[in-house]
Amino acid sequence: MPAVTQTREAVEKLGQSSYKWGFETDIEMDMAPKGLNEDIIRLISSRKEEPEWMLEWRLAAYKTWQAMTEPKWAKVTYPPIDYQDAHYYAAPRKKPGPKSLDEVDPELLRTYEKLGIPLHEQAMLAGVEVPEGERMPVAVDAVFDSVSVATTFRKTLEEAGVIFCPISEAVREHPDLVRRYLGTVVPAGDNFYSALNSAVFTDGSFVYVPKGVRCPMELSTYFRINAKNTGQFERTLIVVEEGASVSYLEGCTAPMRDENQLHAAVVELVAMDDASIKYSTVQNWYPGDENGRGGIYNFVTKRGICRGARSKISWTQVETGSAVTWKYPSCILQGEGSVGEFYSVAVTNNRQQADTGTKMIHLGRNTRSTIIAKTISAGHSDSTYRGLVRVQPKASGARNFTQCDSLLIGDQCGAHTVPYIESRNMNARIEHEATTSKISEDQLFYCRQRGLSEEDAVGLIVNGFCRDVLKELPMEFAVEAQKLLQISLEGSVG
Amino acid sequence: MNAFSNSMSGPLALFANRLNTLAGAERQAAAGALARTGLPDRKFEAWKYTALRALGKQDYAAPPAQVDAGTARALLDGVLQPHPAMATLPRVVFVNGRHAPALSILPDGVDLSFFAHDPRFGLQAAPDRDPLVALNTALAEDGLLLRVPAGVDAGHVLLVSLGVAGVAPLSFHPRHAVVVEKDARLRLVCVQAGQGAYLHNPVMDIRVEDGATLEHVTVQAEAAQAISLGTLYAHVGHQGVYDSFVLGLGGQLVRHEVHARLAATRAVVHVNGAQRLGGQQVGDITSVITHAASDCTSRQTVRNVLDGHARGVFQGKVLVERIAQKTDGYQMNQALLLSPDAEIDAKPELEIYADDVRCSHGATVGALDDDQLFYLRSRGIPEQEARQILIDAFLDEAIALVADATAQTFCRAVLAARFAGKGELS
Repeated sequence: MPAVTQTREAVEKLGQSSYKWGFETDIEMDMAPKGLNEDIIRLISSRKEEPEWMLEWRLAAYKTWQAMTEPKWAKVTYPPIDYQDAHYYAAPRKKPGPKSLDEVDPELLRTYEKLGIPLHEQAMLAGVEVPEGERMPVAVDAVFDSVSVATTFRKTLEEAGVIFCPISEAVREHPDLVRRYLGTVVPAGDNFYSALNSAVFTDGSFVYVPKGVRCPMELSTYFRINAKNTGQFERTLIVVEEGASVSYLEGCTAPMRDENQLHAAVVELVAMDDASIKYSTVQNWYPGDENGRGGIYNFVTKRGICRGARSKISWTQVETGSAVTWKYPSCILQGEGSVGEFYSVAVTNNRQQADTGTKMIHLGRNTRSTIIAKTISAGHSDSTYRGLVRVQPKASGARNFTQCDSLLIGDQCGAHTVPYIESRNMNARIEHEATTSKISEDQLFYCRQRGLSEEDAVGLIVNGFCRDVLKELPMEFAVEAQKLLQISLEGSVG
Repeated sequence: MNAFSNSMSGPLALFANRLNTLAGAERQAAAGALARTGLPDRKFEAWKYTALRALGKQDYAAPPAQVDAGTARALLDGVLQPHPAMATLPRVVFVNGRHAPALSILPDGVDLSFFAHDPRFGLQAAPDRDPLVALNTALAEDGLLLRVPAGVDAGHVLLVSLGVAGVAPLSFHPRHAVVVEKDARLRLVCVQAGQGAYLHNPVMDIRVEDGATLEHVTVQAEAAQAISLGTLYAHVGHQGVYDSFVLGLGGQLVRHEVHARLAATRAVVHVNGAQRLGGQQVGDITSVITHAASDCTSRQTVRNVLDGHARGVFQGKVLVERIAQKTDGYQMNQALLLSPDAEIDAKPELEIYADDVRCSHGATVGALDDDQLFYLRSRGIPEQEARQILIDAFLDEAIALVADATAQTFCRAVLAARFAGKGELS
């Protein structure tokens, strides 16, 4: 069983509980002064060489944001955030316009190497790390603090007609596309953090897959917060035209620090007739230490719209990081017969808090949605599943199935399930089930009796518990996610 | 005493005249809390699905001193009539929130007194946390104070609340308290009915002491225009059993809110219910079941049948505190929508801080099953009748959980009397 070997290796390698992505890269940074005001927004916009409409859009969002108050309904607690005490723009200082990877700061490349993210296409193609054929090449967009530093495999993608580039570049190069779709799924005023993001977003990825094209490789964005006292506000927009499909993965890490840093991203997905988008996340922001000092506040708005008939959006997430998570990847099922899926594993340990789930809004006829959420709480952490299933009057024949399972490890943690079920159509069928339990003594005994250590046994059981979700991840990432689960739960047993 | 008049806005203003002339520190404190919070709107998470706009625009008057005796008697006979056995059981009747001795048959073997003579507010219901408890605290006039002495099986007691109003709305706010002492037993059946436009805003404070059992069935058949907003607190001791069921048939807007606390080991709580609503009715069953000790069991089954433009709300929270290891909790909410305009909003919620627990909940929403209908029709049963059979069967799975056979029969009879022969085709 390779999964078990993997898990065991991961534990052995790590020994002590640690966050191995916690290093800081010493790199020359270009930073805006602390604080948030119209001038800062103008500065961001001018650094990004944005057209006038983009600046106006940002300023309008900023106005909206100023009139809004922070939402308080999530089951998380954290000290008040001083929005003026952060840098809203931080970029690695570079010579103007690196045309190839050779021009990228070698320190940066080393950072991504340490993170295990190969930015050198040749190395990957030549199979230096993994024998060729065993692993599909993955196109990567690497975002370092506020800017995208490298995007790989762009040539291959261009040949297929797929646009995959930093969103700041898309604003300049493909303004019509960006303008047509930006803010249509998550309007600037949708919530406090989406308004903030719309005003100050710095980078992120833009994906456009034209009609009938099946994207030839996995697309991936890797987000890294590096600089101190910064917030990260990335913006991702994925548009998939009729009959096209794409699979996209995002990963994220940050250095270990005592202070809390804010990450407020917005992700928008648009799927036309018969299009399909698979969006996978392995979220591993620094979670803070065992006493809850430091860590990322992860307040993210992710939403996809199935505009076309028979379109499909599938969210898969493995959430192990962040001090506080507040995130509900959602699907608006507008097209007739469209499908929304949400598969989630959320792990909290130590003092972490997560309030996460999904929203499935059924608008069209015969729309279907599936929600599988697995929550694991350990240490002194609190984890909440919060999900909404809403069936509007026109969604005849809509169908939802929801399953939420929570696993508690230790007697100082909490696991909560808060589903909202709203049906306004008699021909819709909704089923929801949820369970909460601890790891069964019998299962543990069974494993121990066969010579597994307690930690290994727990790892095995946890992997089994999460299986329904992990199997939805692209293969390479499933392995990574499995390791991550192990590491996140270390020290929580015995 | 006009301290609050300026700060009372929204639906609270409909009570301002009465709230401004209160005597007594407790009532004034409650009115003060109300003036600060107002009556809840949809921004209150606990009131997300139920709006108090239904209270309307007209002031709520205090009930008149005299009520026509014949009207009250007819209402009482009407509501008990579906099951003749009910008419002879001991009962305490309140009309517009005031004890009506002429209609009552007081029970033996229990301590009985009335809030009007002995105004004790009890400890569980906190006006500063719940605006509707505050409204009750400020305006309560009367209520039943019932104590079953240790070791006594008190049999059945009916608590009947009748609202008698005309077109101009009035409100009454009875404050009841029920204590079932150690190893004692009581079967309490609450029946709510009435005519005209009124607000019924009861608060009931229940204590089930160690080893005691309270079987509690509530039948809500309020007047078509009535609004009923009740809050119930139950505290259950070691090996105590609080087994409750509510049958909701409306009013215009009815909310039945239960806070049950399993306070000592091996306590058992059931908070079951069924709603059968149509027209423009809104029915809300909200519960918070708190496991505050280890080895306790809670069960909840709620079934909703919604026709016409009716809207059903279910909010059920199960809270398991850190100390409550070995908790066994189960909750199921199911809804049947009979019409294209009916709506259900459900929020089953688990909040769990102990690890050695077995808790689960489920929820389903759907229409009548075509296959089941086809099965019945293929055996020669007309469509209308077939639908009725399926609806009855759906509700009966909840009603069957009522342990008290008399109360169970009563629930079925009330349902049958109300819906017999009424077509369900919409």
